[in-house]
Amino acid sequence: MVIEVNRITKRFEAFTALKNLDLEVRPGELVALLGPSGSGKTTLLRIIAGLEFADEGRILFDGTNAGDRQVGERRVGFVFQHYALFRHMTVMENVAFGLRVVPRDKRMANADIEKRVMKLLSLVQLDRLAGRYPSQLSGGQRQRVALARALAIEPRVLLLDEPFGALDAKVRKELRRWLRRLHDEMSLTSIFVTHDQEEALELADRVVVMNNGAIEQIGTPEEVYNMPATPFVYEFLGNINRIDCEISHGKARLWGVEVTAETHDGTPVPSGTLKGHAYIRPHDITFIDPSKQEGAPAVVRHVAAAGPTARIELAVEGIPHLIEAELPRQQYLELGLRTGQSVTIAARAARVFPPAAE
Amino acid sequence: MAAGKTHKDRKVSPLTESVAVRACLIGLALLFIGAFLVLPLVAVFTEAFAKGVGAYVDAIKDPIALASVKLTFIAAAIAVPLNLVFGVAASWAITKFEFRGKSLLITLIDLPFSVSPVIAGLIYVLLFGAQGLLGPWLHSMDVQIIFAVPGIVLATMFVTFPFVARELIPLMQEQGTEEEEAARSLGADGWQTFRRVTLPNIKWGLLYGVLLCNARAMGEFGAVSVVSGHIRGLTNTMPLHVEILYNEYNFAASFAVASLLASLAVVTLLAKGGLEWRYGHELAGSRG
Amino acid sequence: MSPSTANSTLAGYDDAPPPPRAWGGSWRQPSVLPGFGITMGFTLFYLGLLVLLPLMALIFKAMEFSWEQIWAAATAPRALAAYRLSFGAAFIAAVINLFFGGLVSWVLVRYQFPFKRIVDGLVDLPFALPTAVAGIALATLYAPNGWIGKLLDPIGIKVAYTPLGVVVALVFIGLPFVVRTVQPVLQDLNKDVEEAAASLGASRWQTFRRVIAPSVMPAALTGFALAFARALGEYGSVIFIAGNLPMKSEIAPLLIIIKLEQYDYAGAATIGSTMLIVSFLLLLPINVLQRWSRLRSAEV
Repeated sequence: MVIEVNRITKRFEAFTALKNLDLEVRPGELVALLGPSGSGKTTLLRIIAGLEFADEGRILFDGTNAGDRQVGERRVGFVFQHYALFRHMTVMENVAFGLRVVPRDKRMANADIEKRVMKLLSLVQLDRLAGRYPSQLSGGQRQRVALARALAIEPRVLLLDEPFGALDAKVRKELRRWLRRLHDEMSLTSIFVTHDQEEALELADRVVVMNNGAIEQIGTPEEVYNMPATPFVYEFLGNINRIDCEISHGKARLWGVEVTAETHDGTPVPSGTLKGHAYIRPHDITFIDPSKQEGAPAVVRHVAAAGPTARIELAVEGIPHLIEAELPRQQYLELGLRTGQSVTIAARAARVFPPAAE
Repeated sequence: MAAGKTHKDRKVSPLTESVAVRACLIGLALLFIGAFLVLPLVAVFTEAFAKGVGAYVDAIKDPIALASVKLTFIAAAIAVPLNLVFGVAASWAITKFEFRGKSLLITLIDLPFSVSPVIAGLIYVLLFGAQGLLGPWLHSMDVQIIFAVPGIVLATMFVTFPFVARELIPLMQEQGTEEEEAARSLGADGWQTFRRVTLPNIKWGLLYGVLLCNARAMGEFGAVSVVSGHIRGLTNTMPLHVEILYNEYNFAASFAVASLLASLAVVTLLAKGGLEWRYGHELAGSRG
Repeated sequence: MSPSTANSTLAGYDDAPPPPRAWGGSWRQPSVLPGFGITMGFTLFYLGLLVLLPLMALIFKAMEFSWEQIWAAATAPRALAAYRLSFGAAFIAAVINLFFGGLVSWVLVRYQFPFKRIVDGLVDLPFALPTAVAGIALATLYAPNGWIGKLLDPIGIKVAYTPLGVVVALVFIGLPFVVRTVQPVLQDLNKDVEEAAASLGASRWQTFRRVIAPSVMPAALTGFALAFARALGEYGSVIFIAGNLPMKSEIAPLLIIIKLEQYDYAGAATIGSTMLIVSFLLLLPINVLQRWSRLRSAEV
């Protein structure tokens, strides 16, 4: 199903949660709404579900206005952040709930309901636990019950609010991969909300980065990570070094290299001299031989070498905070970096933005 | 603006009831409260002044009425502080320590709540009365408890026994022992720990419990009625005086004394509401 | 939905459900906090002296009499009639309170209306108002010439000086028990389970019946039991409105007092013990109910 979000605005008293927002989700897509808390991502998800109502704008499901229909009529599967399981019902009764509240003339026979529920429970691998109560389940199991319950009504779209937020790291990672495979098999249009960039980048077909009730960028995980459209996306996704620099005539000089400044909305960079920020990913910092190439002198302050990449903190002349670099382990060993050592660094890639207009 | 119109097609939120249903439910609830709670309260004051302000003042200035007021205050003045000390001690032992049989102890403390006040009076008559277990011995010592002030105080203490502990136990349970342990680790002795750390945390809950304890102590009827002997001017508390006047068909005087007790109830409710409103988070968690 | 399953890898990580909490060890866990001995000692001393010892006296006193005497006193027609009225009226009043108490809690938690805070405070009036005052007020209101009695008399309903009057007084006394146990549970009910029910297609009524009501039921039953227990022993608010006709509108606590006044200690002790035993038997299911509801509604 195609979901169109059409110029949605939502206010809570004085606070504007969503500002004139547009979004289109394609059939079978798995989309992540990613942003810090207060960015409006959960509000947007709840408006799509019909749990909340926009002050302005429309939500279209396959081209028809969903605003006419209440949440129960929209056939959305909603998985709540804290699962919202019915604590007085068994796993089985929880999953069957959506089938049992159908008006009598349209309701399936009891035996059919039971069959459908058991099939769903085996899909989420909880058929053994059908008779348990939610309080007798672990977090990951509750999560899967919530998912099975949402799927039971054969939703046209699956909406998940921070689906892994309440789980510990290990469970979260495995459940994430499992959900991705489940989605691929069912090809059900799905939207999930997360504040965890790793989750969004690993799981989603497309990532919608939100901030302050507006969309900063929409793109594939690769696009948003490698080509952040705005300084916000740069800082929000992945580790980043932000360095003050001076832009003059649209260009900035950084560690001996000239970088062309750009703006996030494509408007021309103001001419003249102005302050700006350069963004460099840690893995784009290289250690060079100063006799062959121009760079910045730096001193190694700390090395964390556990794992496949080594993280090196560097004090660079003229920069008040430490700069972080990442090297593959092999390269780190070859260079033989040590705390206190003097080195010269350069940036393999960097982008420069003038300060935000607002 | 075309998009601006669409919010009108939103229906009733799926998470609440229609206006009509809401209005009906509110109306029904208010009708019930009005008939069962407001009317009796209004009736007390209306009846009290039915024969005019003069009759009202006379009824209250009557020496026998004043004696009943005095006895009521004496009983409360003894019962409330003792139950306050007990409540604090019991809550301290129960919430700051882990021991076996704790839930049994809590159940026993709650016991007077589930015992009929008449039975509360009865047990003291059976213990201290002329034909009671200790009756002959008390008689030989020339001590009278039943049909005398000590019996009234004892019965009042019994029925108000759990009030303070009841308020404090959940509150202190919720607060845990970390702050007291911190105080101890910083060198405070037991009394300092209690006075400077525990007491400030429970003071409003304590006041709340005392308030309810006092209201019940002054208003207790059944238990006191059994042990009092109804001796006018000597062993009659205010509620008992209300009964006597009522049974003598002296309604206006009866309601006049009753109106004093009703005022006490209203003041208690106001103070209670004020405490809940102002310090709700410092009272027991469930009320938070 | 595709029939195939995304299986295999999940088996390995079923994170364990939380283990049930167990407390073991000696009689008392060691603590750095002082004062256990003195506070515990005083607690037990005071409890024993004021409550347990006198209660024991009741049992001892009852044991002074022969079985025949006890049986005769406990099952005298007048006593049986009093039990029947006390239990019957207390039960009916508790049922009425279950309904209206639930309604009042719902309205107070979910809706906004003028003077809500005052109404909320008024619910506690039966706790704060001395029972004798409530008794004479209710008797006056429901007497044939009273404000309410005047309305009911023409249609043939007599409340004051009948068993119906007993029920009215017990409804007054029991209301706060139901409201004050149901209200906090309703308040703590997570909005998201209702949203979940709505998103699964449940109507508002279905959500109430299948999701909200079962969650509140344990608390409501606890409130019901508390109101019932309180009503059983209630004296002050009842005797003025009841009329106190033997065999008709005489409640058990009043019968105890009458026996005492006649120096029939055996009768008083027997009826008192019977009622006490029943109260204890009532406490038991209340505790079981509370434990059960706490287990069932454990944090999800």
